[in-house]
Amino acid sequence: MEASSNTLSRTVLAVLAHLALLAAWYLFVSIGDVPKYVMPSPQATVRALFEENYNWWLNTGVTALEIFVGYFLALAVGVTLALLFTWSQTLEAFFMPLLVSLNMIPKVALGPLIIVWFKYGIFPNSMMAFSIAVFPILLTTARGLRETEPELLDLVRALRGSRWQVFTKIQLPGALPYIFSGMKVGAILAVAGAIVGEFLSSDKGLGYLMLQVQVTLDTPAMFMAVILITLIGVALYGSVLLLERLLVAKDARIA
Amino acid sequence: MTESFIHLAGVSKAYRRGGETHLAISDATFDVMPGELVSLVGPSGCGKSTLLKVLAGLHPQDSGEVRIGSSTHAFDPARDVGMVFQAPLLLKWRRILQNVLLPAEILGLPMAEARERGRALLRLVGLEGSEDKYPYELSGGMQQRAAIARALVHDPKLVLMDEPFGALDALTREKMNLELLRIWKESGKTILFVTHGISEAVFLGTRVIVMTAGPARMADNIPIELPRPRTLDMKTHEMFGEYTRRIYRLLGME
Repeated sequence: MEASSNTLSRTVLAVLAHLALLAAWYLFVSIGDVPKYVMPSPQATVRALFEENYNWWLNTGVTALEIFVGYFLALAVGVTLALLFTWSQTLEAFFMPLLVSLNMIPKVALGPLIIVWFKYGIFPNSMMAFSIAVFPILLTTARGLRETEPELLDLVRALRGSRWQVFTKIQLPGALPYIFSGMKVGAILAVAGAIVGEFLSSDKGLGYLMLQVQVTLDTPAMFMAVILITLIGVALYGSVLLLERLLVAKDARIA
Repeated sequence: MTESFIHLAGVSKAYRRGGETHLAISDATFDVMPGELVSLVGPSGCGKSTLLKVLAGLHPQDSGEVRIGSSTHAFDPARDVGMVFQAPLLLKWRRILQNVLLPAEILGLPMAEARERGRALLRLVGLEGSEDKYPYELSGGMQQRAAIARALVHDPKLVLMDEPFGALDALTREKMNLELLRIWKESGKTILFVTHGISEAVFLGTRVIVMTAGPARMADNIPIELPRPRTLDMKTHEMFGEYTRRIYRLLGME
């Protein structure tokens, strides 16, 4: 009872904080008499949504697609590689230091190269999202899979359990809290990756749209684009949280 | 005389670590009768845990003979070993009953029967009503009871316990000792019980195997002739004191 009323009051506070920001924005613009091209009012920002030649639906869809493709590719590759590393110590000893070094590359700096390699469009932008999201997922998963208690492995091996049983019954569920913590970081980075890709070179997407409207100083549209990008990120992050809630026992979750 | 269930003769095992060879066990020789509860006592590094791993089939011995099972008590190394460790090692994402069923799942046993058995074992270890709880909802002692139920769920002939009560507070530990004796009596399993605790080893064991470290070797094999059922007040008996003094002497602690 106490716990649930605590959750409720926290939810109320969270909503209040967001509404307060919105109110502060509104007051700042209307009282401060700020020019529209510097900072538009909330109403002006919403009105930008009705500008039909901005193709909001298409551009939002394209950006979301780039982020999701890159993100799920990062998830699949990250978890698979981490699993292979737990099966072969040689493989891990060979590739892990290399991957740690590669992780040091500022992935944004790869943008111009990715465009050279893949031209422009949805796929190269997904690759940007992928390259930036894959490392946290891979590194946390590998860490999580390594955390398995050696005695637990003994217990399974004494019963002649298979490697696959060890993975599905012990290692993977044990690593889930770690995988999810990597997935949360990855979700935020994937959004940034796709937008950087669109800034560098693209003909569709919210990042592309921002560059177009920047020329005409249509700041309300830029604000709207940022809001939509944020909402895509919130949707992705929210789905990850929801999935975590379904799959990971409460006391095992990592913030 | 009945045939022994476990027969060890001249078993030794060494580990190589950084070019150095550590002798983990040398010349372990003893027999365990079916249904015995044998304590293995000794300081850290005397090879008690290594011996359990050899018996579990996790590591082969370097030399010597290991036989488990007899003409009257068949033993299948792939499914007749149950293990309990110092930490309960319950899977925290599984409810208690699901945890207990893990060995049955790994062995591919019929699950409806296993579930029945799991419930019965949770009753046996005094955890009735905790089937659907998560491990974090149980105390350390209760978690260890669940781990014991897990070690018994596939009806193994041999249960290996590696300092199972080492992490519990003294009072809980005494209580768990009594519980273990009851579980042992009701289940009729052969149990090998590794411990640091000399009084615990004497209190539980039909026999105490004393091992010493540096060099690792088996120092003695003492039948404990205290009456059964064992009760806590036996710890003040003169006989109990004699056994523990003898072991302290063997371990060079007197």
